[in-house]
Amino acid sequence: MAARSSGNTAARPLPGDLAIWFFILAELLVFGVFFLAYAFARAGHVELFDHYQQTLDRTSGAVNTLVLITSSWFVVNAVSAIRANRADLCTRWLLAAMGGGAVFVAIKLHEFMAKAEAGITLSTNTFYMFYLSLTFFHFMHVLMGMVILGFVAAKAYRGDYDADHHTGVETGASYWHMVDLVWIVLFPLVYVMH
Amino acid sequence: MEYRSQSVAKLYFIAAIGLFVGQILFGLIMGLQYVWGDFLFPAIPFNVARMVHTNLLIVWLLFGFMGAAYYLVPEEAERELHSPGLAVALFWIFLIAGALTILGYLFVPYSGLAKLTMNELLPTMGREFLEQPTITKLGIVVVALGFLYNIGMTILGGRKTVVNLVLLTGLTGLALLFLFAFYNPDNLVKDKFYWWWVVHLWVEGVWELILGSILAFVLIKTTGVDREVIEKWLYVIIAMTLITGIVGTGHHYYWIGTPEYWQWWGSVFSAMEPIPFFMMTLFAFNMVNRRRREHPNQAAVLWALGTSVMAFLGAGVWGFLHTLAPVNYYTHGTQITAAHGHMAFYGAYVMIVLTIISYAMPRLRGQEAADPKAQVVEMWGFWLMTVSIVFITLFLTGAGILQVWLQRYSENPLPFMVVQEKISLFYWLREIAGLVFLVGLVVYVWSFFVKGGERRVPAAEPVA
Repeated sequence: MAARSSGNTAARPLPGDLAIWFFILAELLVFGVFFLAYAFARAGHVELFDHYQQTLDRTSGAVNTLVLITSSWFVVNAVSAIRANRADLCTRWLLAAMGGGAVFVAIKLHEFMAKAEAGITLSTNTFYMFYLSLTFFHFMHVLMGMVILGFVAAKAYRGDYDADHHTGVETGASYWHMVDLVWIVLFPLVYVMH
Repeated sequence: MEYRSQSVAKLYFIAAIGLFVGQILFGLIMGLQYVWGDFLFPAIPFNVARMVHTNLLIVWLLFGFMGAAYYLVPEEAERELHSPGLAVALFWIFLIAGALTILGYLFVPYSGLAKLTMNELLPTMGREFLEQPTITKLGIVVVALGFLYNIGMTILGGRKTVVNLVLLTGLTGLALLFLFAFYNPDNLVKDKFYWWWVVHLWVEGVWELILGSILAFVLIKTTGVDREVIEKWLYVIIAMTLITGIVGTGHHYYWIGTPEYWQWWGSVFSAMEPIPFFMMTLFAFNMVNRRRREHPNQAAVLWALGTSVMAFLGAGVWGFLHTLAPVNYYTHGTQITAAHGHMAFYGAYVMIVLTIISYAMPRLRGQEAADPKAQVVEMWGFWLMTVSIVFITLFLTGAGILQVWLQRYSENPLPFMVVQEKISLFYWLREIAGLVFLVGLVVYVWSFFVKGGERRVPAAEPVA
């Protein structure tokens, strides 16, 4: 594992540190099980789920999807920049990606606040329980991803990475893509599909 | 042993093993009371035997963890312990306070003990596993603070390794979460809710960090695999432990009066709890397969591998068996829980303490490893105890399945005591397996006295 994380091995199977991939797989598994539980619960209460799904703010959900996909693209640019030995550009793209995360967080908080004002809690009904749990757990992952990107950006700014040694950038990027990927499944599943 | 101050660990390990013997004796008394209700009544009623059995377990594991920390922290930090004197003083305080508490359980009626120790000033007694008088709990806090200070100062003033930092995080969490033992609200739902913050977040949270770091330490020492590789595994394992274990607390909140969403949260997250244990099994076997040296202490390697397997089976598989809310609806509080409890505590925590004792004790006695003859005896102890705990678990699982069926699932459910009589065969079998466990324990203790050719430690050997 240590040998593979050194950066530019020719037959490298995965970008970034191998450990982050164990972590990503485990995270996807947790979300996967939660999605299955959602499907299972929905099968028993189709009408309830369809009815309350209509009360969700799809516009902000859709905007947030675009925001996260865009910030994933920023992260891709950050990796390209460091591969071209441009640590300054890499830092800026990472900051841009964090900016995207911040926009997502702001929109999401606004959405949560609206639901709270309407008196909706985890105990209102099963649909809202899943909606709040899933979006909240994902929300925490966005925050976690921003912290990781922040660390990577700080290291990039200090000049710790270059074209040959940038496992950290790829590691952070991989985690951020996972956060994005989960949302891309979560949004249609909870907000749209009936 | 590389640092003189590591020798304080020996006291802790000896006390741990002594209390372990006591725990097993009370387990056997209680096991017999399951089928012979007035055995030793009124001298030792069932509830007292149970209290002594579980409290001794927790106390000796704590002795084991502290001994492990006093042994491995100086070696990892590459310096002497901050204060060996404090470590010895705290040992005697903890041992005497613990012994007085156990004697109090045995010789004073519980309500009398509550009065005697002025429980009414700050009522904390009367809750499972936290039965200790308030004054004992305060003593535990003092010991924990002194211990953390000693360990913390050693770590902060020396080489900071991942093993040390994970261990320190686990031990700090252990101490902080124990503070919830002092929160005793009148509302029974709240009481249970926060009670689990001690009980669950210990054994399915911070204790796993302690387990992981001790296992990592022994594997670094016995396999000679690169520290970086082992540290990376440790990171991933503890991350998974915390992701699954913290919200996994919800599997205790299904039926105690908490909101319904806990049934979903608890089920989803605790269904993932076997993963870090499975990773630990992969980790241990991988590291041993990639070993760069044949360590003379084969018994310690056996304990390390055994821990990883039995922790996965007991905590992971037997935990998963009844963790999903729809299953737990029927199994809650039956012998299934007891089956899981026995194998999980033995597999994860008893075995990790015996692992570090197996590795450290010969070194504390001036040898790199025990004499091969002594190791063979120790391995007999390993197999006798491990196989009998498997049988105890299987018999209790059998009892539990029958109990669930007869008492809760069948069309005409039978009363509790009627069912207990019908499943008594399993209790007899469990008691026999328990006796074999005691034999294994005696063999294990005997292994420390087996003499062979003494082999002195060569100079502190560097690990590649």
